[in-house]
Amino acid sequence: MATTETAASARTAADTRGLRRRGRKLDSVNWPLTALAAVLALTVLIPLYLTVVTALKTPDQLGGPGFEWPSRVRLENFSDAWNLTNFPRALLNSAIVTVGAVVLTVLSNSLVAYAIARNLHKRFFKFLYYFFVAALFVPFPIIMLPATKETALLGLDNPVGLFLLYTVYGLSFNVFVYTAFIRSIPRELEEAATMDGASTWGIFRRIIFPLLTPMNATVGILTCLWAWNDFLLPLVILSDPATRTLPLAQYVFQSQFTTNYTVAFASYLMALAPLLLVYLFAQRWVISGVMRGSIK
Amino acid sequence: MTHSSKAFYWMAIPALLLFVTLHTVPALTGVFFSLTDYAGYGTWTFIGLENYFSLFKDDRILSSYSFTFLFAITTTIIVNVLALGIAMLLNAKIKFQTAFRGIFFIPNVLAILIIGYVFNFIFSNSLPLLGQWAGIDWLSTSILANKDLAWLGIVAVSAWQSIAFSVILYLAGLQTIPADLYEAADLDGAGYWRQFRSITFPMIGAFFTINMVLALKGFLQAFDQIVALTGGGPGTSTESVAMVIFRGGFQGGEYGYQMANSVVYLLVIVAVSVIQLRTLQRKEVDF
Repeated sequence: MATTETAASARTAADTRGLRRRGRKLDSVNWPLTALAAVLALTVLIPLYLTVVTALKTPDQLGGPGFEWPSRVRLENFSDAWNLTNFPRALLNSAIVTVGAVVLTVLSNSLVAYAIARNLHKRFFKFLYYFFVAALFVPFPIIMLPATKETALLGLDNPVGLFLLYTVYGLSFNVFVYTAFIRSIPRELEEAATMDGASTWGIFRRIIFPLLTPMNATVGILTCLWAWNDFLLPLVILSDPATRTLPLAQYVFQSQFTTNYTVAFASYLMALAPLLLVYLFAQRWVISGVMRGSIK
Repeated sequence: MTHSSKAFYWMAIPALLLFVTLHTVPALTGVFFSLTDYAGYGTWTFIGLENYFSLFKDDRILSSYSFTFLFAITTTIIVNVLALGIAMLLNAKIKFQTAFRGIFFIPNVLAILIIGYVFNFIFSNSLPLLGQWAGIDWLSTSILANKDLAWLGIVAVSAWQSIAFSVILYLAGLQTIPADLYEAADLDGAGYWRQFRSITFPMIGAFFTINMVLALKGFLQAFDQIVALTGGGPGTSTESVAMVIFRGGFQGGEYGYQMANSVVYLLVIVAVSVIQLRTLQRKEVDF
């Protein structure tokens, strides 16, 4: 976060210096481009608006293209959807899977990457690095059928198994980004700590892990988006209907009550809302986190 | 750091064991079962490469590959052209820059399955009415019910959802370009198009490569959006490879056969990614 901001402010400073040299004209806001951005933003906002108004309508207001504001708001759509999809249960399951995946991923994947980054000159760790990173190319559908059988066999066909899978399957990408970051941390820090008698575990816990904070945020955000929104993995892994996550609950709901659009949209909105709200508050953070992940 | 080599092994080996158990073992079991006639239950016998030969004679498999490639290539191109344009727009001197960035990233935090359901409604209810009103023939019935147009609906929704991520990656790239390069080009009298060709594009070459590879690889695995929009129909015209593997493997008693399909699919994806990386990186160096 800090680095992006410093870079951004340095850039603005450079910009203004350059602009002063070229005269005042370019310093001003480009309004035609702003208007263009506003028009393009509508392509994002209109479908969201449609979701909201449809969720508020009564079924008899559904005729027409569907963009007009409801003449009579029907809030019962939400309570109907709440009961029909067993919403609290699905929300809890999604929360368990997502929190579990994020916490376990950040703690374990950074640790593995630390061990690899500091030992890349050794054959075993070098092999490990390429072994994990090569798996980036393996698409999930390939291991889907056998993995389903295996998790059922191991008793992992539940939310706990699911977040374990996210942690393991994320390892490929995360080791890649963490390792690059850790290699940029000077070893002198660790050598000094060793002099003071710190163990390798202690060094990781007290020096490396705190220094990884920006990377942890990036990995955490990406894991959160993945685990919360994923559909295929829960679809094949979870066996008990009571353990359904939110996207899975929408899928089952949709195939059972296809005609009831207003209740369906209330249900979609409730499933989208939690992450959307979190995003509205943490916007800057999420975007800078994702950007950082791409630069490393 | 000789003091700690033991600790490093303890840090890495549990993860390695888990990875092997949950990723490598399933992958290898899959390769093994691709050589059998296993249905997913009951007994099985070893049949060698027979599944692989049958794949190439199976119309449903072949059409799923051609649909998947047509869809993935089209969407990759659309996403990258639009994302680069939007990223340059957001990087220009516009008002409310942060707010616009925030809005454009929204689709990426939403589940594509649910987005697909919302767009399904738009395609089958709102758009046909608009089409009738405007007198556009092909738009006045649901495009999702049209065998030749349904795939365009899937392209549109996939692009809508994933442009956000590409925009952010391109923005990150654009911010690495020093402003004085443009100043110098301005002094030399280079126009916008010339600046784009000679400065912007070459400077973000690496980001272009990453975006193209990630997008194509992602779209070759399309599943959620198709389930939500067409369910593979009308007929089997929008069945992706991932969907055929899922359906045949879990519901159709074709476990062994679909594992052979998976192995071919893996080889195809690896080959495509490697070729793409090679050619795009060679271009990068050329600039």
